[in-house]
Amino acid sequence: MTDIAPVITVSNLIKQFGRFAALRGVTAEFAPSRFYAILGDNGAGKTTLLRTLAGLNHPSSGQVTILGSNKFRNICREVGYMAHPALLYDEMSGIENLGYFARLYGIADGKRGADVIRAVGLDPELTRPVGQYSQGMRQRMSLARALLNDPRILLLDEPFSNVDLHSARDMVRLLAGLRDQGKTIFAVTHQASLLEGAADEFIWMEAGKIVARTAEFTEMPKESAR
Amino acid sequence: MSGTLGTSSPPLQTPRPEAAAEVPPSAASAPSGITRATLLKDLRLEWRSKDAINSMLFFSLLVVVVFSFSFDPSAEESRQIAGGLVWVAFLFAAVVALNQTWARELRNQVLDAYRVSPAPANSLFLAKVIGNFIFVAVLETLMTPLFIIFYRLRAIGPAWQLLLVAALGTWALVVNGTFFAAMSIRTRSREIMLPLLLFPISIPAILAMVQATAAILTGEYSARFWIVLLGTYDLVFTTGCLLLFETVLNAE
Repeated sequence: MTDIAPVITVSNLIKQFGRFAALRGVTAEFAPSRFYAILGDNGAGKTTLLRTLAGLNHPSSGQVTILGSNKFRNICREVGYMAHPALLYDEMSGIENLGYFARLYGIADGKRGADVIRAVGLDPELTRPVGQYSQGMRQRMSLARALLNDPRILLLDEPFSNVDLHSARDMVRLLAGLRDQGKTIFAVTHQASLLEGAADEFIWMEAGKIVARTAEFTEMPKESAR
Repeated sequence: MSGTLGTSSPPLQTPRPEAAAEVPPSAASAPSGITRATLLKDLRLEWRSKDAINSMLFFSLLVVVVFSFSFDPSAEESRQIAGGLVWVAFLFAAVVALNQTWARELRNQVLDAYRVSPAPANSLFLAKVIGNFIFVAVLETLMTPLFIIFYRLRAIGPAWQLLLVAALGTWALVVNGTFFAAMSIRTRSREIMLPLLLFPISIPAILAMVQATAAILTGEYSARFWIVLLGTYDLVFTTGCLLLFETVLNAE
Protein backbone atom coordinates (compact mmCIF):
# COMPACT_ATOMS: atom_id res chain seq x y z
CA MET A 1 0.00 0.00 0.00
CA THR A 2 1.25 3.46 -0.87
CA ASP A 3 1.46 6.50 1.44
CA ILE A 4 -1.21 8.26 -0.59
CA ALA A 5 -4.54 8.64 1.23
CA PRO A 6 -6.87 5.83 0.24
CA VAL A 7 -9.78 6.71 -1.98
CA ILE A 8 -11.92 4.02 -0.38
CA THR A 9 -11.60 2.48 3.06
CA VAL A 10 -13.73 -0.50 4.01
CA SER A 11 -13.67 -1.57 7.60
CA ASN A 12 -15.10 -4.84 8.92
CA LEU A 13 -17.94 -4.66 6.40
CA ILE A 14 -20.71 -7.18 6.91
CA LYS A 15 -23.75 -7.44 4.66
CA GLN A 16 -26.51 -9.88 5.49
CA PHE A 17 -29.56 -10.75 3.43
CA GLY A 18 -31.82 -12.32 6.00
CA ARG A 19 -29.73 -15.09 7.54
CA PHE A 20 -27.26 -15.22 4.65
CA ALA A 21 -24.09 -13.19 5.06
CA ALA A 22 -22.91 -12.08 1.62
CA LEU A 23 -20.01 -10.09 3.07
CA ARG A 24 -18.32 -11.37 6.22
CA GLY A 25 -16.05 -8.71 7.59
CA VAL A 26 -14.32 -7.15 4.60
CA THR A 27 -11.53 -4.77 5.57
CA ALA A 28 -9.45 -3.08 2.90
CA GLU A 29 -7.97 0.17 1.66
CA PHE A 30 -7.84 1.19 -1.98
CA ALA A 31 -5.42 3.76 -3.31
CA PRO A 32 -6.42 6.32 -5.94
CA SER A 33 -5.58 6.09 -9.64
CA ARG A 34 -5.39 2.33 -9.65
CA PHE A 35 -7.19 -0.35 -11.58
CA TYR A 36 -8.50 -3.13 -9.35
CA ALA A 37 -9.82 -6.39 -10.71
CA ILE A 38 -12.14 -8.17 -8.29
CA LEU A 39 -12.18 -11.90 -8.85
CA GLY A 40 -13.80 -14.92 -7.29
CA ASP A 41 -16.35 -17.65 -7.81
CA ASN A 42 -20.07 -17.03 -8.05
CA GLY A 43 -21.45 -16.13 -4.63
CA ALA A 44 -18.09 -14.90 -3.35
CA GLY A 45 -19.57 -11.46 -2.60
CA LYS A 46 -18.05 -9.46 -5.46
CA THR A 47 -21.28 -7.86 -6.68
CA THR A 48 -22.49 -7.25 -3.12
CA LEU A 49 -19.23 -5.45 -2.35
CA LEU A 50 -19.57 -3.32 -5.47
CA ARG A 51 -23.23 -2.49 -4.76
CA THR A 52 -22.33 -1.56 -1.20
CA LEU A 53 -19.59 0.76 -2.46
CA ALA A 54 -22.17 2.24 -4.87
CA GLY A 55 -24.53 2.98 -2.00
CA LEU A 56 -27.17 0.55 -3.28
CA ASN A 57 -26.76 -1.91 -0.40
CA HIS A 58 -26.68 -0.65 3.15
CA PRO A 59 -24.02 -2.33 5.31
CA SER A 60 -25.42 -4.52 8.08
CA SER A 61 -22.39 -3.45 10.09
CA GLY A 62 -18.97 -1.99 9.46
CA GLN A 63 -18.08 1.14 7.59
CA VAL A 64 -17.41 2.33 4.06
CA THR A 65 -15.56 5.61 3.60
CA ILE A 66 -15.29 6.98 0.08
CA LEU A 67 -13.27 10.14 -0.56
CA GLY A 68 -13.39 10.83 3.16
CA SER A 69 -17.16 10.61 3.48
CA ASN A 70 -19.31 7.96 5.13
CA LYS A 71 -22.40 9.17 3.32
CA PHE A 72 -22.66 8.03 -0.28
CA ARG A 73 -25.00 10.92 -1.07
CA ASN A 74 -22.17 13.39 -0.43
CA ILE A 75 -19.84 11.83 -3.00
CA CYS A 76 -22.25 10.24 -5.48
CA ARG A 77 -21.16 12.68 -8.21
CA GLU A 78 -17.67 11.19 -8.00
CA VAL A 79 -18.82 7.61 -8.56
CA GLY A 80 -19.82 5.90 -11.80
CA TYR A 81 -21.60 2.57 -11.51
CA MET A 82 -22.08 -0.02 -14.23
CA ALA A 83 -24.20 -2.99 -13.22
CA HIS A 84 -24.63 -6.35 -14.88
CA PRO A 85 -28.00 -5.23 -16.31
CA ALA A 86 -27.65 -2.22 -18.59
CA LEU A 87 -29.45 0.38 -16.42
CA LEU A 88 -30.84 1.86 -19.64
CA TYR A 89 -34.34 2.30 -21.01
CA ASP A 90 -34.90 -0.17 -23.85
CA GLU A 91 -37.40 2.10 -25.64
CA MET A 92 -35.02 5.05 -25.97
CA SER A 93 -31.90 5.47 -28.09
CA GLY A 94 -28.46 5.69 -26.51
CA ILE A 95 -28.24 9.47 -26.79
CA GLU A 96 -31.76 9.89 -25.39
CA ASN A 97 -30.85 7.69 -22.42
CA LEU A 98 -27.68 9.64 -21.74
CA GLY A 99 -29.50 12.94 -22.20
CA TYR A 100 -31.87 11.96 -19.42
CA PHE A 101 -29.14 10.75 -17.06
CA ALA A 102 -27.12 13.90 -17.76
CA ARG A 103 -30.04 15.92 -16.36
CA LEU A 104 -29.95 13.86 -13.16
CA TYR A 105 -26.32 14.90 -12.67
CA GLY A 106 -26.93 18.51 -13.62
CA ILE A 107 -24.66 18.22 -16.65
CA ALA A 108 -25.36 21.25 -18.77
CA ASP A 109 -22.94 20.34 -21.56
CA GLY A 110 -25.19 19.00 -24.30
CA LYS A 111 -22.26 17.34 -26.09
CA ARG A 112 -21.16 15.26 -23.12
CA GLY A 113 -23.48 12.36 -23.96
CA ALA A 114 -22.23 12.19 -27.55
CA ASP A 115 -18.62 12.43 -26.35
CA VAL A 116 -18.83 9.45 -24.02
CA ILE A 117 -20.77 7.41 -26.57
CA ARG A 118 -17.95 8.03 -29.06
CA ALA A 119 -15.42 7.21 -26.35
CA VAL A 120 -16.85 3.70 -25.98
CA GLY A 121 -16.80 3.19 -29.74
CA LEU A 122 -20.48 3.69 -30.55
CA ASP A 123 -22.21 6.15 -32.81
CA PRO A 124 -24.22 8.85 -31.00
CA GLU A 125 -26.32 9.29 -34.16
CA LEU A 126 -27.64 5.76 -33.84
CA THR A 127 -31.43 6.20 -33.56
CA ARG A 128 -32.22 2.56 -32.79
CA PRO A 129 -33.68 2.02 -29.31
CA VAL A 130 -31.30 0.37 -26.87
CA GLY A 131 -33.61 -2.64 -26.74
CA GLN A 132 -32.51 -3.46 -30.28
CA TYR A 133 -28.78 -3.26 -29.53
CA SER A 134 -26.61 -6.36 -29.41
CA GLN A 135 -25.49 -7.38 -25.94
CA GLY A 136 -22.00 -6.01 -26.58
CA MET A 137 -23.38 -2.65 -27.66
CA ARG A 138 -25.54 -2.52 -24.55
CA GLN A 139 -22.46 -3.15 -22.42
CA ARG A 140 -20.62 -0.32 -24.14
CA MET A 141 -23.58 2.04 -23.78
CA SER A 142 -23.85 1.05 -20.14
CA LEU A 143 -20.17 1.95 -19.70
CA ALA A 144 -20.86 5.28 -21.45
CA ARG A 145 -23.61 5.96 -18.89
CA ALA A 146 -21.21 5.21 -16.04
CA LEU A 147 -18.66 7.64 -17.55
CA LEU A 148 -21.20 10.40 -18.13
CA ASN A 149 -20.58 12.32 -14.92
CA ASP A 150 -16.78 12.08 -15.33
CA PRO A 151 -16.46 10.17 -12.03
CA ARG A 152 -13.25 9.77 -10.04
CA ILE A 153 -14.24 6.24 -9.09
CA LEU A 154 -15.65 3.67 -11.51
CA LEU A 155 -17.44 0.59 -10.18
CA LEU A 156 -17.94 -1.92 -12.99
CA ASP A 157 -19.79 -5.19 -12.59
CA GLU A 158 -18.94 -7.68 -15.33
CA PRO A 159 -18.13 -5.03 -17.94
CA PHE A 160 -16.86 -7.58 -20.46
CA SER A 161 -19.59 -10.20 -20.25
CA ASN A 162 -21.06 -11.04 -23.67
CA VAL A 163 -18.57 -8.72 -25.36
CA ASP A 164 -16.42 -10.17 -28.14
CA LEU A 165 -12.70 -10.44 -27.46
CA HIS A 166 -11.66 -7.58 -29.74
CA SER A 167 -14.20 -5.17 -28.22
CA ALA A 168 -13.37 -6.34 -24.70
CA ARG A 169 -9.70 -5.53 -25.30
CA ASP A 170 -10.72 -2.10 -26.59
CA MET A 171 -12.71 -1.56 -23.40
CA VAL A 172 -9.73 -2.62 -21.28
CA ARG A 173 -7.54 -0.11 -23.13
CA LEU A 174 -10.12 2.59 -22.51
CA LEU A 175 -10.26 1.74 -18.80
CA ALA A 176 -6.48 1.68 -18.51
CA GLY A 177 -6.42 5.12 -20.15
CA LEU A 178 -8.97 6.40 -17.65
CA ARG A 179 -6.83 5.01 -14.82
CA ASP A 180 -3.88 6.90 -16.27
CA GLN A 181 -6.01 10.07 -16.14
CA GLY A 182 -6.38 9.54 -12.38
CA LYS A 183 -9.56 7.55 -12.04
CA THR A 184 -9.80 4.61 -9.66
CA ILE A 185 -11.43 1.60 -11.30
CA PHE A 186 -12.94 -1.51 -9.78
CA ALA A 187 -13.96 -4.20 -12.23
CA VAL A 188 -15.69 -7.37 -11.13
CA THR A 189 -15.01 -9.96 -13.76
CA HIS A 190 -14.74 -13.64 -14.54
CA GLN A 191 -12.47 -12.81 -17.48
CA ALA A 192 -9.43 -11.85 -15.45
CA SER A 193 -6.98 -12.79 -18.18
CA LEU A 194 -8.25 -9.79 -20.16
CA LEU A 195 -6.93 -7.51 -17.45
CA GLU A 196 -3.41 -8.93 -17.38
CA GLY A 197 -1.04 -6.03 -17.85
CA ALA A 198 -3.83 -3.47 -17.39
CA ALA A 199 -5.02 -4.00 -13.81
CA ASP A 200 -2.72 -2.88 -11.02
CA GLU A 201 -4.06 -5.32 -8.49
CA PHE A 202 -6.12 -8.50 -8.46
CA ILE A 203 -8.39 -8.89 -5.45
CA TRP A 204 -9.58 -12.39 -4.72
CA MET A 205 -12.83 -12.90 -2.85
CA GLU A 206 -14.18 -16.07 -1.37
CA ALA A 207 -17.21 -16.65 0.87
CA GLY A 208 -17.75 -12.95 1.50
CA LYS A 209 -14.15 -12.10 2.34
CA ILE A 210 -11.10 -10.74 0.56
CA VAL A 211 -8.69 -13.65 0.72
CA ALA A 212 -5.80 -12.36 -1.37
CA ARG A 213 -4.49 -9.30 -3.19
CA THR A 214 -1.90 -9.86 -5.87
CA ALA A 215 -0.09 -7.55 -8.24
CA GLU A 216 0.02 -10.16 -11.00
CA PHE A 217 -2.76 -12.32 -12.32
CA THR A 218 -2.34 -15.96 -11.39
CA GLU A 219 -4.75 -18.70 -10.49
CA MET A 220 -6.28 -18.13 -7.07
CA PRO A 221 -3.32 -18.05 -4.64
CA LYS A 222 -2.83 -21.50 -3.14
CA GLU A 223 -2.80 -20.39 0.50
CA SER A 224 -6.31 -19.01 0.12
CA ALA A 225 -7.73 -21.66 -2.19
CA ARG A 226 -9.95 -24.23 -0.55
CA MET B 1 -19.21 5.02 -37.61
CA SER B 2 -21.63 2.15 -37.59
CA GLY B 3 -21.66 1.52 -33.89
CA THR B 4 -21.56 -2.22 -34.43
CA LEU B 5 -19.24 -4.48 -32.54
CA GLY B 6 -16.66 -6.77 -34.00
CA THR B 7 -13.39 -6.43 -35.78
CA SER B 8 -14.74 -3.64 -37.98
CA SER B 9 -15.50 -1.37 -35.06
CA PRO B 10 -13.03 1.45 -34.49
CA PRO B 11 -10.64 1.37 -31.54
CA LEU B 12 -11.95 2.99 -28.39
CA GLN B 13 -10.64 6.43 -27.67
CA THR B 14 -10.08 7.61 -24.13
CA PRO B 15 -11.96 10.82 -23.39
CA ARG B 16 -9.71 13.87 -23.54
CA PRO B 17 -9.08 15.46 -20.15
CA GLU B 18 -10.29 18.78 -21.53
CA ALA B 19 -13.57 17.13 -22.54
CA ALA B 20 -14.07 16.10 -18.95
CA ALA B 21 -13.26 19.58 -17.77
CA GLU B 22 -16.11 20.96 -19.85
CA VAL B 23 -18.55 19.25 -17.53
CA PRO B 24 -19.55 21.42 -14.57
CA PRO B 25 -18.23 19.41 -11.61
CA SER B 26 -21.12 19.87 -9.25
CA ALA B 27 -23.74 21.85 -11.07
CA ALA B 28 -26.94 20.61 -9.55
CA SER B 29 -30.06 20.42 -11.63
CA ALA B 30 -32.94 22.07 -9.86
CA PRO B 31 -35.36 19.43 -8.52
CA SER B 32 -38.05 20.91 -10.76
CA GLY B 33 -35.77 20.40 -13.77
CA ILE B 34 -35.24 16.75 -12.83
CA THR B 35 -38.99 16.31 -12.30
CA ARG B 36 -39.63 17.75 -15.76
CA ALA B 37 -36.93 15.60 -17.37
CA THR B 38 -38.28 12.47 -15.71
CA LEU B 39 -41.85 13.35 -16.66
CA LEU B 40 -40.90 13.95 -20.29
CA LYS B 41 -38.97 10.69 -20.31
CA ASP B 42 -42.01 8.81 -18.96
CA LEU B 43 -44.35 10.46 -21.48
CA ARG B 44 -41.94 9.53 -24.27
CA LEU B 45 -41.72 5.91 -23.07
CA GLU B 46 -45.51 5.68 -22.83
CA TRP B 47 -45.96 7.27 -26.26
CA ARG B 48 -43.66 4.62 -27.73
CA SER B 49 -44.92 1.58 -25.83
CA LYS B 50 -48.54 2.61 -25.03
CA ASP B 51 -48.42 -0.03 -22.30
CA ALA B 52 -50.51 1.83 -19.76
CA ILE B 53 -52.97 3.81 -21.84
CA ASN B 54 -54.07 0.89 -24.03
CA SER B 55 -54.72 -1.38 -21.06
CA MET B 56 -56.59 1.34 -19.17
CA LEU B 57 -58.77 2.25 -22.14
CA PHE B 58 -59.63 -1.33 -22.92
CA PHE B 59 -60.51 -2.06 -19.30
CA SER B 60 -62.67 1.04 -18.90
CA LEU B 61 -64.45 0.40 -22.17
CA LEU B 62 -65.31 -3.09 -20.98
CA VAL B 63 -66.75 -1.72 -17.74
CA VAL B 64 -68.91 0.84 -19.55
CA VAL B 65 -70.26 -1.63 -22.09
CA VAL B 66 -70.80 -4.55 -19.70
CA PHE B 67 -72.54 -2.41 -17.08
CA SER B 68 -74.71 -0.71 -19.67
CA PHE B 69 -75.95 -4.12 -20.80
CA SER B 70 -76.28 -5.41 -17.22
CA PHE B 71 -78.48 -2.53 -16.03
CA ASP B 72 -81.12 -0.58 -17.80
CA PRO B 73 -81.50 2.37 -15.46
CA SER B 74 -83.75 5.32 -15.94
CA ALA B 75 -82.09 8.74 -16.23
CA GLU B 76 -82.86 9.43 -12.57
CA GLU B 77 -81.39 6.12 -11.41
CA SER B 78 -78.34 6.70 -13.58
CA ARG B 79 -77.65 9.97 -11.83
CA GLN B 80 -77.77 8.14 -8.48
CA ILE B 81 -75.39 5.32 -9.38
CA ALA B 82 -73.13 6.91 -12.01
CA GLY B 83 -70.76 8.47 -9.47
CA GLY B 84 -69.89 5.09 -7.99
CA LEU B 85 -69.71 3.38 -11.34
CA VAL B 86 -67.48 5.97 -12.97
CA TRP B 87 -65.02 6.22 -10.12
CA VAL B 88 -64.76 2.48 -9.52
CA ALA B 89 -64.05 2.01 -13.24
CA PHE B 90 -61.37 4.70 -13.17
CA LEU B 91 -59.86 3.33 -9.95
CA PHE B 92 -59.47 -0.17 -11.37
CA ALA B 93 -58.15 1.18 -14.65
CA ALA B 94 -55.68 3.44 -12.85
CA VAL B 95 -54.17 0.42 -11.09
CA VAL B 96 -53.03 -0.80 -14.51
CA ALA B 97 -51.12 2.43 -15.14
CA LEU B 98 -49.77 2.50 -11.61
CA ASN B 99 -48.29 -0.98 -11.96
CA GLN B 100 -46.68 -0.01 -15.26
CA THR B 101 -45.12 3.13 -13.89
CA TRP B 102 -42.54 1.28 -11.81
CA ALA B 103 -42.36 -1.86 -13.94
CA ARG B 104 -40.47 0.07 -16.61
CA GLU B 105 -38.00 1.27 -13.98
CA LEU B 106 -37.33 -2.31 -12.93
CA ARG B 107 -36.53 -3.55 -16.44
CA ASN B 108 -32.72 -3.45 -16.73
CA GLN B 109 -32.75 -2.19 -13.11
CA VAL B 110 -32.80 1.41 -14.34
CA LEU B 111 -34.03 2.52 -10.93
CA ASP B 112 -30.52 1.79 -9.59
CA ALA B 113 -29.12 4.37 -12.01
CA TYR B 114 -31.43 6.95 -10.43
CA ARG B 115 -30.52 5.81 -6.91
CA VAL B 116 -26.77 6.28 -7.47
CA SER B 117 -27.31 9.73 -8.97
CA PRO B 118 -27.53 12.95 -6.92
CA ALA B 119 -31.13 13.51 -8.07
CA PRO B 120 -33.58 13.88 -5.17
CA ALA B 121 -36.05 11.07 -4.58
CA ASN B 122 -39.02 13.43 -4.46
CA SER B 123 -38.33 14.67 -7.99
CA LEU B 124 -38.79 11.12 -9.21
CA PHE B 125 -41.94 10.70 -7.14
CA LEU B 126 -43.53 13.93 -8.32
CA ALA B 127 -42.72 13.14 -11.95
CA LYS B 128 -44.34 9.73 -11.60
CA VAL B 129 -47.43 11.20 -9.91
CA ILE B 130 -47.84 13.91 -12.56
CA GLY B 131 -47.29 11.35 -15.32
CA ASN B 132 -49.92 9.03 -13.89
CA PHE B 133 -52.25 11.98 -13.40
CA ILE B 134 -51.90 12.80 -17.10
CA PHE B 135 -52.51 9.17 -18.14
CA VAL B 136 -55.62 8.85 -15.98
CA ALA B 137 -56.85 12.31 -17.03
CA VAL B 138 -56.55 11.28 -20.70
CA LEU B 139 -58.51 8.14 -19.89
CA GLU B 140 -61.21 10.17 -18.12
CA THR B 141 -61.43 12.62 -20.99
CA LEU B 142 -61.92 9.82 -23.49
CA MET B 143 -64.29 7.73 -21.36
CA THR B 144 -66.54 10.41 -19.88
CA PRO B 145 -68.46 11.07 -23.13
CA LEU B 146 -69.13 7.33 -23.37
CA PHE B 147 -70.42 7.26 -19.80
CA ILE B 148 -72.68 10.23 -20.59
CA ILE B 149 -74.07 8.54 -23.69
CA PHE B 150 -74.50 5.06 -22.26
CA TYR B 151 -76.05 6.24 -18.98
CA ARG B 152 -77.89 9.29 -20.37
CA LEU B 153 -76.26 11.57 -17.80
CA ARG B 154 -76.98 15.23 -17.32
CA ALA B 155 -75.89 17.30 -14.35
CA ILE B 156 -78.65 19.07 -12.49
CA GLY B 157 -76.22 20.68 -10.02
CA PRO B 158 -73.29 22.97 -11.01
CA ALA B 159 -71.50 20.93 -13.71
CA TRP B 160 -68.23 22.87 -13.44
CA GLN B 161 -67.71 21.33 -10.02
CA LEU B 162 -67.31 17.96 -11.74
CA LEU B 163 -63.99 19.20 -13.11
CA LEU B 164 -62.83 20.02 -9.59
CA VAL B 165 -63.94 16.62 -8.30
CA ALA B 166 -62.24 14.89 -11.22
CA ALA B 167 -58.95 16.74 -10.66
CA LEU B 168 -58.87 16.28 -6.88
CA GLY B 169 -60.14 12.70 -7.08
CA THR B 170 -57.64 11.69 -9.75
CA TRP B 171 -54.80 13.23 -7.76
CA ALA B 172 -55.93 11.29 -4.67
CA LEU B 173 -55.83 8.03 -6.62
CA VAL B 174 -52.49 8.57 -8.30
CA VAL B 175 -50.57 10.05 -5.38
CA ASN B 176 -51.32 7.09 -3.13
CA GLY B 177 -51.22 4.66 -6.02
CA THR B 178 -47.74 5.80 -7.11
CA PHE B 179 -46.49 5.58 -3.55
CA PHE B 180 -47.88 2.13 -2.83
CA ALA B 181 -46.82 0.85 -6.25
CA ALA B 182 -43.27 1.90 -5.32
CA MET B 183 -43.62 0.08 -2.01
CA SER B 184 -44.77 -3.09 -3.68
CA ILE B 185 -42.26 -3.24 -6.56
CA ARG B 186 -39.89 -5.46 -4.66
CA THR B 187 -42.59 -7.90 -3.60
CA ARG B 188 -43.10 -11.09 -5.54
CA SER B 189 -46.80 -10.55 -6.35
CA ARG B 190 -46.81 -6.79 -6.81
CA GLU B 191 -49.88 -6.72 -9.10
CA ILE B 192 -51.92 -8.13 -6.20
CA MET B 193 -50.17 -6.13 -3.50
CA LEU B 194 -50.98 -2.75 -5.01
CA PRO B 195 -54.79 -3.01 -4.84
CA LEU B 196 -54.51 -4.61 -1.40
CA LEU B 197 -52.59 -1.60 -0.13
CA LEU B 198 -54.25 1.10 -2.21
CA PHE B 199 -57.97 0.37 -2.02
CA PRO B 200 -58.42 0.44 1.78
CA ILE B 201 -56.50 3.68 2.18
CA SER B 202 -58.41 5.24 -0.73
CA ILE B 203 -61.84 4.60 0.81
CA PRO B 204 -62.28 8.14 2.23
CA ALA B 205 -61.28 9.64 -1.12
CA ILE B 206 -63.55 7.31 -3.11
CA LEU B 207 -66.44 8.06 -0.77
CA ALA B 208 -65.88 11.78 -1.26
CA MET B 209 -65.60 11.40 -5.07
CA VAL B 210 -68.76 9.30 -5.33
CA GLN B 211 -70.79 11.53 -3.01
CA ALA B 212 -69.62 14.73 -4.66
CA THR B 213 -70.35 13.36 -8.14
CA ALA B 214 -73.81 12.17 -7.09
CA ALA B 215 -74.52 15.56 -5.46
CA ILE B 216 -73.61 17.41 -8.65
CA LEU B 217 -75.50 15.04 -10.97
CA THR B 218 -78.70 14.94 -8.90
CA GLY B 219 -78.54 18.50 -7.55
CA GLU B 220 -80.18 17.24 -4.34
CA TYR B 221 -77.48 18.48 -1.98
CA SER B 222 -74.28 20.53 -2.00
CA ALA B 223 -71.00 18.86 -2.98
CA ARG B 224 -68.99 21.44 -1.06
CA PHE B 225 -68.26 19.30 2.01
CA TRP B 226 -67.07 16.37 -0.11
CA ILE B 227 -64.87 18.58 -2.27
CA VAL B 228 -63.23 20.11 0.82
CA LEU B 229 -62.73 16.60 2.19
CA LEU B 230 -61.06 15.55 -1.08
CA GLY B 231 -58.80 18.58 -1.02
CA THR B 232 -57.78 17.87 2.58
CA TYR B 233 -57.18 14.22 1.77
CA ASP B 234 -54.95 15.21 -1.15
CA LEU B 235 -52.96 17.62 0.97
CA VAL B 236 -52.39 15.17 3.82
CA PHE B 237 -51.46 12.21 1.65
CA THR B 238 -49.30 14.17 -0.78
CA THR B 239 -47.31 15.55 2.17
CA GLY B 240 -47.04 12.12 3.79
CA CYS B 241 -45.92 10.42 0.57
CA LEU B 242 -43.32 13.11 -0.13
CA LEU B 243 -41.91 12.74 3.38
CA LEU B 244 -41.67 8.96 3.16
CA PHE B 245 -40.75 8.34 -0.46
CA GLU B 246 -36.97 8.55 -0.06
CA THR B 247 -37.12 5.75 2.52
CA VAL B 248 -39.24 3.65 0.17
CA LEU B 249 -36.92 4.28 -2.79
CA ASN B 250 -33.80 3.28 -0.91
CA ALA B 251 -35.29 0.29 0.88
CA GLU B 252 -33.60 -3.01 -0.01
